[in-house]
Amino acid sequence: MLRFVVRRLALTVPVLVGLSILLFLWVRALPGDPARALLGQRATAESVENVTRLYGFDRPLHEQYFTYIGALLQGNFGSSTQTGQPVVELFKNGFPATAELAFCALLFAAVLGIPLGYFAARRHGTPLDNLTVGASLMGVVIPVFFLAYLLKLVFAIGIGPLDFLGVFPTAGRQDARIAATHPTGFYVLDGILTREWDAAWNALKHLVLPAVALGTIPLAIIVRITRAAVLDVTGEDYVRTAEAKGLLQGTISRRHVLRNALLPVVTTVGLQAGLLLSGAVLTETVFARNGLGSTLFNAITLLDYPVLQGFILAIALMYALINLTVDVLYGVIDPRVRVS
Amino acid sequence: MRRTSRSVRAAALLGAVAVALAGCADSDRDNGAGAGGGGGEQSGGTFVFAASSDPVALDPAFASDGETFRVARQIFEGLVGTEPGTADPAPLLAEEWETSDDGLETTFTLREDVQFHDGEPFNAEAVCFNFDRWHNWTGLLQSENITYYYGKIFRGYADTGTGIYESCEAEDEFTATITLNAPFAGFIQAMSLPAFSMQSPAALEEHDADNVQGTEDDVRFSAYATEHPTGTGPFVFESWERGQQVTLARFDDYWGEVAQIDRAIVRTISDGNARRQALQNGEIDGYDLVAPGDLQSLEDAGFQIENRAPFNILYLAMNQAVPELADIRVRQAIAHAIDKDAVISQSLPEGSEVATQFMPDTVAGHTDDVTTYEFDQDRARELLAEAGAENLTLQFNYPTGVSRPYMPTPEETFVAIRSQLEAVGITITPVADQWSPNYLDRVTGSEDHGIHLLGWTGDYNDSDNFVGVFFGKQTDEWGFDNPELFSALEEARGIATREDQTPAYEEINKMIADFVPGVPIAHPVPSLAFAPEVSGYQASPVQDEVWNTVTVSE
Repeated sequence: MLRFVVRRLALTVPVLVGLSILLFLWVRALPGDPARALLGQRATAESVENVTRLYGFDRPLHEQYFTYIGALLQGNFGSSTQTGQPVVELFKNGFPATAELAFCALLFAAVLGIPLGYFAARRHGTPLDNLTVGASLMGVVIPVFFLAYLLKLVFAIGIGPLDFLGVFPTAGRQDARIAATHPTGFYVLDGILTREWDAAWNALKHLVLPAVALGTIPLAIIVRITRAAVLDVTGEDYVRTAEAKGLLQGTISRRHVLRNALLPVVTTVGLQAGLLLSGAVLTETVFARNGLGSTLFNAITLLDYPVLQGFILAIALMYALINLTVDVLYGVIDPRVRVS
Repeated sequence: MRRTSRSVRAAALLGAVAVALAGCADSDRDNGAGAGGGGGEQSGGTFVFAASSDPVALDPAFASDGETFRVARQIFEGLVGTEPGTADPAPLLAEEWETSDDGLETTFTLREDVQFHDGEPFNAEAVCFNFDRWHNWTGLLQSENITYYYGKIFRGYADTGTGIYESCEAEDEFTATITLNAPFAGFIQAMSLPAFSMQSPAALEEHDADNVQGTEDDVRFSAYATEHPTGTGPFVFESWERGQQVTLARFDDYWGEVAQIDRAIVRTISDGNARRQALQNGEIDGYDLVAPGDLQSLEDAGFQIENRAPFNILYLAMNQAVPELADIRVRQAIAHAIDKDAVISQSLPEGSEVATQFMPDTVAGHTDDVTTYEFDQDRARELLAEAGAENLTLQFNYPTGVSRPYMPTPEETFVAIRSQLEAVGITITPVADQWSPNYLDRVTGSEDHGIHLLGWTGDYNDSDNFVGVFFGKQTDEWGFDNPELFSALEEARGIATREDQTPAYEEINKMIADFVPGVPIAHPVPSLAFAPEVSGYQASPVQDEVWNTVTVSE
């Protein structure tokens, strides 16, 4: 197992190098002049020229790339051209907000999606099944920003007679008026660690709507995959054998159906975890959560090259690690994978 | 049978969840009300204001953006302030000042009852310490993206030898004289910029304020600029959670009107819709840059709208690199074809004023004596015919996805003007670009544009800060070469006093109006929105808004 993990980790190195080159080129292929984006509306030609020289935007691409990689190998990701904050610090600041959100969104999607998919499959062909499939289709096609707006309207601001539903906040990670300390940056965890229960509860409430908005697409996908997998497995010979042996229905479901059906589901959850990081770009902006996603959003609009490059590389690395975790989990669920 | 029992169980569970949720909702509402009340020991409450971005740093000398200045104005004060509700200079840390006839020496008489947040006294030595600090910046600290305003206004540093700052002398404890080596009529006005705030010499030294690390393209601010800003203002810095909020507390030993609120919090919410929703939901008490489309619905819902006197200009520029636009008759025709009142009613907030020249009437040099071009479609057609441009086709550039205080909804403004131009027979080719950087790149950095929308909000009350910025030299934006205008502006800039400058700028405004490089459209009103509980917020055209007068009732 250890060898497997080490080998997989070693394999991510060439992937990251390739990605860094692609990223470097892609960022520079974005339309617009970064120096002008930095200096704003009334930049003089001289100052544009100065900044271009300063950041080396006028040097040949390969030279810029090697300078960048050289610094990177020393752990220097550069700093934002907009605010002068080091990229590493920006990442550290934004990470807890995004991790919290992605975790809750995934939790929401998995905890709700797996049972829903399971029951839909077990009630195959019934109205419950049709409803679940239909609703999950809606979940995939509805745009995140629209859903976010709807959620805010109904569950935060409140409309007409449904005003009592409006109990959640619309923006931020915690009520501005709460003076809480944040030793880790994960607000819910911080509240628990410092025993400031109000703060933890408040941070949790700030997570609900964004997590639902972000988790809807993964939820819909998980429902459909689980349902399909369970249907598949239910038709297998070993399930029929188990039934013929007279095993209890619950035992069959737990030990034979669900366990075998989980394999594709785990893959899906893993892939969704990676996608959540990109989905967070929109969700965080709409809910003003100011994490990695919204920082990335600003970096794109302002052509902040160092932030763009650093963030996307880091996200790619996380994606690779998540996939590795999923592969390791395979072994836990399915001994056949472990053997091979 | 089994199936039935399951659905019953499911229904029961669902019901239980619903009850629990409803319970949550109730208890939650109660908590919310309790928290809003301020929790006992806080008497004056908390004022939460939403900003569109984080400050860059907490030391305003290192910044030039509005959000950094918004926070800085609560913590710091400069020698000169502004008259409430105007852009005119007013005493602040200096009670009065006198400038010599040659415009080189200005003597400030300081208030005697002021102390910094760290308990250090404010006096003439502190003033000179600050001026000398700016003047002696070296290396990294001279770069434009850090110390923009000092570099721009004083034009150089001790070791560059190009600056106009000569010296600062403490005549006695509360009299300081600043000597320049060239006259600069905008000196007093410029001193009202937060970049020239007075900071505590002791704190600057203790926290190594100028120890800015890194390379020029990779700046690391000092601990002073991120954790220990120390000024004389009505609020003391408490904490800055990057990306989330800045928290300020009342300064009880403030020399002026001590703040009513205990705490002021500036929260970062970059999305305009999210700011509005946060206000509607009671999470914040106010926000800036209200979209014109939201004004009515917010007012109807009982929120307060506060307007700033406009200190800006929205114009339609005409690029004379386009051969047809180099003909003044075509430019005059376009000016006659535009119905500014209609543009305002169709696309700008209520209360916006029609513009006749490229500066608001609060700025020195504004004059009613300029050529105006009445809305007259027949005259426009005539002029086009005279110029032989009956079949004129023009590229019309406008930005998308942006809202500036002087241009809240560019798409709608474009639609309004487009139909007016088409009404006199001009064919319009619309070209839309994303605001930053594509649009700005195209209209200010290339020749590939025809007529376009742009504008400007003034930094401080200075004529050159408007017309000088636009027409000071040949640019890609306007595409004309007018040496007469360029030299008139150059000359006006060098005049020693405001009194002598005013007529020069009046002449310049007339000259520009006759030359019609573009059509000044309007001075749109920027709006702020507040919860019904908020009172005492004083809006300022140059955003000199200090929150010591704000109250938040329960």
